[in-house]
Amino acid sequence: MIRVVIAELRKLRRPSLLLGTIATVGGLTALFTSIVFLMIDSESGNGERGERISANELSNPAGLIYGFELVGVFLGIVSLCIFASQTAQEYSLGTLRNLLVRQPSRMKILAGKFVAMKLFALVMVLFAGALSIAISYALAGRAKVDTTSWGTSAAMQLLFENTLNIFISTLCYGAFGMILGLLLRSRISAIAVGVLWNLILENILGALVKSTVKWLPGFNFQNLSSGGGLNSSYKHSLAISLGYLIIGGGLAAILFKRRDVAN
Amino acid sequence: MEKAAISATDLTKIYGSRAALSHGSFEVPMGSICGFVGPNGSGKTTTIRMLLGLISPSGGTATVLGESIAHPEKYLPKVGAMIEGPAFYPGLSGRENLKVLAELGGFPLSRVNELLTKVDLAERGGSKFKTYSLGMKQRLGIAAALLPNPELLILDEPTNGLDPSGIQEVRGIIRDLADTGTTVFVSSHILSELEMICEYLVMLREGKVIFSGRTQELLSGQKPLIIAKPEYEVDLAFLAEKLKDAGFKIKIVEGTLHIDAAKEVSATINRMAFEAGITLASINVVLPTLEETFFEMTGENK
Repeated sequence: MIRVVIAELRKLRRPSLLLGTIATVGGLTALFTSIVFLMIDSESGNGERGERISANELSNPAGLIYGFELVGVFLGIVSLCIFASQTAQEYSLGTLRNLLVRQPSRMKILAGKFVAMKLFALVMVLFAGALSIAISYALAGRAKVDTTSWGTSAAMQLLFENTLNIFISTLCYGAFGMILGLLLRSRISAIAVGVLWNLILENILGALVKSTVKWLPGFNFQNLSSGGGLNSSYKHSLAISLGYLIIGGGLAAILFKRRDVAN
Repeated sequence: MEKAAISATDLTKIYGSRAALSHGSFEVPMGSICGFVGPNGSGKTTTIRMLLGLISPSGGTATVLGESIAHPEKYLPKVGAMIEGPAFYPGLSGRENLKVLAELGGFPLSRVNELLTKVDLAERGGSKFKTYSLGMKQRLGIAAALLPNPELLILDEPTNGLDPSGIQEVRGIIRDLADTGTTVFVSSHILSELEMICEYLVMLREGKVIFSGRTQELLSGQKPLIIAKPEYEVDLAFLAEKLKDAGFKIKIVEGTLHIDAAKEVSATINRMAFEAGITLASINVVLPTLEETFFEMTGENK
């Protein structure tokens, strides 16, 4: 399987994907983190869904990670797109047959791809975290935010937990994208369905029938990213997310293993 | 027959109500170059995909290098393949594409440059695959198939998109590999190419194997054609009439008479022309080419 991981990483570090991802993640991180500090006095708010976060609140240890936490969900969506695209492209480009001739174990191909993309997602999350912290420090003075408590062990603990939560959430979004890629076998369809479902359809569904929120995959992935508490507990979201991914992943894996590669 | 590199018995693949391959039985001897021919949709690519473990058969069995196709992991490390044209990642260079496959198969990365040189892509190895011409893509596909230093090479239309010198190069590569003992199983639409290099042939029509054996055996089993050309074209119709009266099957093609008959009959024809006072400028016995045999056997039109 290690050979599959190494081969997959070569594809993932191609300049167009790597630079594109850095630019997207960097741009989103800079945007969300800057909003927190630059719009601190804005009437329309500087936090999630118009919430106002004061300079005092940002001076707490949690102020260090506020921008990073905001961008977490979007990292998940980026991850969904990458996982879906990297998986579905093997069908649309016809390269799956080359992979399977060189590595006939389909489960090794699948597992190797997932591990490689996990590593890619980890780098993406760490990059976003580092950039968000750098921007937070750079803008704190201008927003009159005291950064003394940001260096404490409590802040470090929060940073670690937040990074882990965002990473777990990006993995869930990514696995969701990979499942769509395997099922739909088209990059455009997999990305479109994944993004539409998570950003639009779930919101509509949640607004129409509020009780569904707790049970929808996207809401639970999002809840994991923010450490729980949006509409349900972290444990509940973890269990629901795992349930979706085990069932969906199992179904996709069975199809991938048994389906003829005829394109 | 010698030890088989590929052996199929009643191999069948059914899609819905249509049999893409029906009870296909054939053998490809070890160390031979074997052509795989048939009209479009006759089941060639389906057969190749089954041999490579990409699709599972609906019935029958097959072995590749002595191993059942139910366990492709046992023989694929010794098999090189290019199926239905080259498929690579457009955003990666030719070299990077080969490295992906080398890493996946556990082959030394040093093979990559060696093979790029072999297929004349060393200079363009760093360019993105999407910038390659069809011929260059095809050559990269052949390089990828050669990565494992294969005991068996399966090529599906390897000369598609290649110019005459490219076709000649591929022919050279195939012959070189055969000289080192590699078995080559190659499908192509350019039957004259296959006739030049293949000692064995497997021929398909509508999902059925209609011939499997030595190329020579196939061609020698076909009726030869005697082509006679009178010195003066005005004698053509008269000679044709005389030969028809003698019971020969005649066709007039571009100032010549095409006579379906055994080659021994050419002397009789020459004599008949002489007795009728006609001098023949030439008389030749021509064996049908593989292409003509193919059209005859498959009922395809040129």
